[in-house]
Amino acid sequence: MTGIQIVQSASAVPAHTVVNDELNAYMDTSDDWITTRTGIKQRHVSTGQTTSDLCTSVAQKLLQQAGWQAADLDFIIVATMSPDYLTPATAAIVQGRIGAKKAFAFDLNAACSGFIYGLKVAEGLLQVSGNRGMLIGGEVLSKLVDWHERSTAVLFGDGAAGVLLKNEPSQTSAFLATDLQTFGELSDRLTAGYQPVNSVFATDTTAAHQKYFEMDGRAVYKFATHEVPASIQRALQKAGPLVHGIDYFILHQANQRIIDQIAKRLDQPKDKFLTNVADFGNTSAASVPILLAEAIQAGVIKRGQTIVLSGFGGGLTVGTQVIKY
Amino acid sequence: MTNDEIFSKVQAIIVDQTGEDKEKVTLTTNIKQDLDADSLDIFEVINEIEDEFDIKIETEEGIETVSDLVTFVEKQLAQEKE
Repeated sequence: MTGIQIVQSASAVPAHTVVNDELNAYMDTSDDWITTRTGIKQRHVSTGQTTSDLCTSVAQKLLQQAGWQAADLDFIIVATMSPDYLTPATAAIVQGRIGAKKAFAFDLNAACSGFIYGLKVAEGLLQVSGNRGMLIGGEVLSKLVDWHERSTAVLFGDGAAGVLLKNEPSQTSAFLATDLQTFGELSDRLTAGYQPVNSVFATDTTAAHQKYFEMDGRAVYKFATHEVPASIQRALQKAGPLVHGIDYFILHQANQRIIDQIAKRLDQPKDKFLTNVADFGNTSAASVPILLAEAIQAGVIKRGQTIVLSGFGGGLTVGTQVIKY
Repeated sequence: MTNDEIFSKVQAIIVDQTGEDKEKVTLTTNIKQDLDADSLDIFEVINEIEDEFDIKIETEEGIETVSDLVTFVEKQLAQEKE
C-alpha cells in the first residue's frame, strides 16, 4: 500500500452533442439499433477544440479546485491516442499554457487503457521524483472516425478528464494494487491513425492505408468480456486482505453490453458498475476519469471507499487499478 | 458427452443470456426469430458455449436453431477426440 492519493478530479467535454438520430444524415443507422447494442444515446463532438484545448481546461479546473499553483506540479502526463501532434506532446502544450514551469510533461499512449497505465506510471514517479503530479486522459476521437462507417462511427466521442495526485500518507486514501497486461499479438484487431511511410525514398506510396478506426468487433468484445474480469481478479488478489468489499467499479465506457457482461462474469451486482456511456459514448483514455470525476462530484464516490478502475482496448491492452479513494 | 447433456448445457446458456423461460428453448427453437435475440446476444451465447465446452466456433453462419448449435458442438467435440 502506498501513500498515493487522488486529490481532485475534473472533466471538460465539448459543448456540442450529437444524438443517435442525427447520425442518420451521414450513415444508415438508427437510434434503436445503436441503443440496444451499445447503450449509447449521444456523444460530445468537438467542433474545433483540440485535445490540448480540452486537457488545458481540465488542468485549469484541477488547479483551481485544489488551490494549487501550476508551479507546484512536478510532472504532467496526458494519456491520449488522439494528440494534436506527434510532437509536441499534448502534455507539453498543457504545461506551457498553464505555466507549470517545474513540471516535466509527456504523453502516454495505451489507448482506452491509457488512464490506468498512467496511474501506475504516476505512482512510480511520485515515489522517486517529487510529490505532486497531474494525470489527464484526453481525446478528440471524432477526427479518427470515418463518419460514414456505421460499424464504428456510432461508438466514439470526444472529451477529457483528469486527476491531481500526491504522495502523502493518508488515513483514508491509497493505491492498493495494479494489474497491467498487453496482448500485442492482437494489435491488428483495433487500429486507428496509421502513419504511412511516404517519403521521397519510399518504394511504394500507393499502398492502401486506413487512417480511420478499424475494429474486429467480435474479437474486441470477446477480449473485453474475458480479459477484464481476469485482470480485475488478479488485481484484487494482489490487494488481498486490504480489500473488504468493493464499493464501485468504474470500467472503460465502451459499450453497456460489455459492462453488463463483465458484471455478470464477476458475479457482482450491476448497480456497483457506474456508467455514463449513454451520454458520452466511448472516449478512450478519457472515459474512466470522466466517469470518476462525475461520480465524485455527484457525491456517489466518497473518501475511504474502495474503487476498482479498469480500462481495456487498443493494443490490445487491459489494466486495473484498485484504490481507496 | 451425450446429445442430451450438450442440449441441457446449451439450453442453460441461452436461458441465462436471453432471459427466456426454459420451456421456450427447445431443439427446434430458432434463436434469432423465436427468442428476439440480436447479433450480440447470439455472439454472447457462442462465447459462453466456447468457454463451457472448450471449443472454437469461428462463424455463426448456418446456425439458426438450437439443434444446429447442439449438432455443431457435438461435431467439434468428436473432432477433438480424433
